[in-house]
Amino acid sequence: MITAESKPIDEIIEYIRPYRRIILAGCNECVTVCSAGGRKEVGILSSALQMAFMKSGRNLEVKEITLERQCDPEYVEELAPIMDQAEAVVSMACGCGVQEVARRFKHTPVFPAVNTKFMGASERQGVWAERCQGCGECVLAVTGGICPIARCSKRLLNGPCGGSTNGKCEINPETDCAWQLIWDRLKALGLEDRYEEIMEAKDWRTSRDGGPRRIIKEDLA
Amino acid sequence: MEHFEPVIVAFCCHYCAYTAADMAGSMRLTYPPNVKIIRVPCTGKVDTLHILRALQKGADGVFVAGCLEGDCHFKTGNIRAARHVKQAQKVLDEIGIGGERVEMITMSAGMGGGFARTALEFTEKIRALGPNPIKNVVEKQVRAAAGS
Amino acid sequence: MKTYSVLEKVLATERFAVTSECGPPRGAVPEKIKQKAELLRGYVDAVNVTDNQTAVVRMSSLSACILLKQLGLNPILQMVTRDRNRLAMQSDILGAYAHSINTMLCLSGDHPCFGDHPSAANVYDLDSIQLIQTVRKMRDEGKFQGGDDIENPPKMFIGAAANPFADPFELRVARLAKKMKAGADFIQTQCIYNLDKFELWMQGVRDRGLHEKVAILAGVTPMKSAGMAKYMKNRVPGMDVPDEVVKRLSGVPKEKQPEEGITMCVETIERLKEVEGVRGFHIMAIEWEEKVPEIVERAGLLPRPKV
Repeated sequence: MITAESKPIDEIIEYIRPYRRIILAGCNECVTVCSAGGRKEVGILSSALQMAFMKSGRNLEVKEITLERQCDPEYVEELAPIMDQAEAVVSMACGCGVQEVARRFKHTPVFPAVNTKFMGASERQGVWAERCQGCGECVLAVTGGICPIARCSKRLLNGPCGGSTNGKCEINPETDCAWQLIWDRLKALGLEDRYEEIMEAKDWRTSRDGGPRRIIKEDLA
Repeated sequence: MEHFEPVIVAFCCHYCAYTAADMAGSMRLTYPPNVKIIRVPCTGKVDTLHILRALQKGADGVFVAGCLEGDCHFKTGNIRAARHVKQAQKVLDEIGIGGERVEMITMSAGMGGGFARTALEFTEKIRALGPNPIKNVVEKQVRAAAGS
Repeated sequence: MKTYSVLEKVLATERFAVTSECGPPRGAVPEKIKQKAELLRGYVDAVNVTDNQTAVVRMSSLSACILLKQLGLNPILQMVTRDRNRLAMQSDILGAYAHSINTMLCLSGDHPCFGDHPSAANVYDLDSIQLIQTVRKMRDEGKFQGGDDIENPPKMFIGAAANPFADPFELRVARLAKKMKAGADFIQTQCIYNLDKFELWMQGVRDRGLHEKVAILAGVTPMKSAGMAKYMKNRVPGMDVPDEVVKRLSGVPKEKQPEEGITMCVETIERLKEVEGVRGFHIMAIEWEEKVPEIVERAGLLPRPKV
């Protein structure tokens, strides 16, 4: 899923300083799973913001709401009936959600409460790690199910580099060397010979380098 | 200066801390009436949010009292509670209320004296810290709500 | 001959080739490059010029290579894929060849987190192997990576790096095979202190006949002190410094350690001469370039052949 981490509270306070009534909108999907912007986090942030304002003698009214998702207009629409209760919206959704809210409510300032990080998976409770870079042309079939673009610090397609040490990346002893993982997997699958096949230069057009991307599904659009 | 009586909220787990508080009562030990006890089945149920809301509504200090390490009736509830307390402390520090107003405490069911002592020490600690900085606004809100 | 490279010609004589290294300055100070280069004149066949080594901004490798060329030395253009995309790299290769620079080394490059601009975006449009392929395509097919024809295609003698000491060891021969397949003509290895491990790697290389397809130059670096040995042992990824090396240096009084380091370097070269498949030496005396002449001389590598 998309992972995110909460922004420092003083940054959020700065965003909403001029306002007295806000909507604090959580999201029930990705940011709930990584405990950054779900219903509980909405409650905690709401309490913290109200106390911060009260401490400086000001009042802050917070309308708390957690939408199913913020990346679909049908769910964002659920904010419409309560928008008159607010001067600004603080969205705890990922960047996609924040933008969809801003797009729908052009005349209301919308602020992000989290820093969206990466597409990743759970390693264990409370720990999420990057897995996918959305390069647009998946190579997992030939790399034993491990992505060198997302998981190699240098996104080498013909790794490892000379800095791989004890299966860890030279930049951080806690980061696995993706190519060690790939090699181990190829061995486990009996596909060692594949290692010497050269992966050609990537066409980055399918990635962000080709410009902002869109998918149009013909049978639906 | 007006005499300050701290309002303390104590989340106490049924199996240990609440029982200890009960024992303090049967032992006729006095502890400050400032401490308002809320019984929970396990401190693991006490979320960061509950702690923050207590302070938001005007409590001056909150402690979460659970079983001694390794003795939790639900195995690791007291460990979860400790993490929630830590998270609450962090948020309170960030907004300038002060994480020292919240504490995690552990005790066994038989520690009637221990409970009384904890209640007293914590109350005095909060008294020294002074009232919750948001008190004024809370009182205004309460008055406004009562008046309307 | 594939190119006009002096290094290629020296290797063709079957004598040991000798290369060394020059790090450009952290400012627009051409004199510093010139000084370092003069120390090496006559003692080496070609000089590597590093490319923002350890991800620290320095005068560009290309410009320093041009300075060296103007001084009559033979530069080896080092190019990392960390800082430039395929357009910029091919563009620089054309520029280099336009200045008669005809030898280059293709590398991925140290990650920016090690350097002075850790906030920089990494490029890594290509990796080192894809860069080798690109340079070979430019030279042998006269085409850019994208497929268009090149006017006066650059004839580069293509080098790559090899690290027999990085993990996983079992992959290190296959990695060399990949670089050879991509088009590498010569290899410079990471500096060697663990000769047993190096010989083990070379055995694997020879078993596959790779030593006949690429010219392997064994890397050596003289230790300045026991402190340096310990640092390289413990703090530099991909480096293998056996305990005996540290012990030998520590056993000598501090003022004598540099001398001991040079002696050990010369001994290493002598032992490497006996390893079948080693075609030359790449002497990396970082910030100690003045010792290269002594090492070359004591290792019996003079005079350098005139080709």
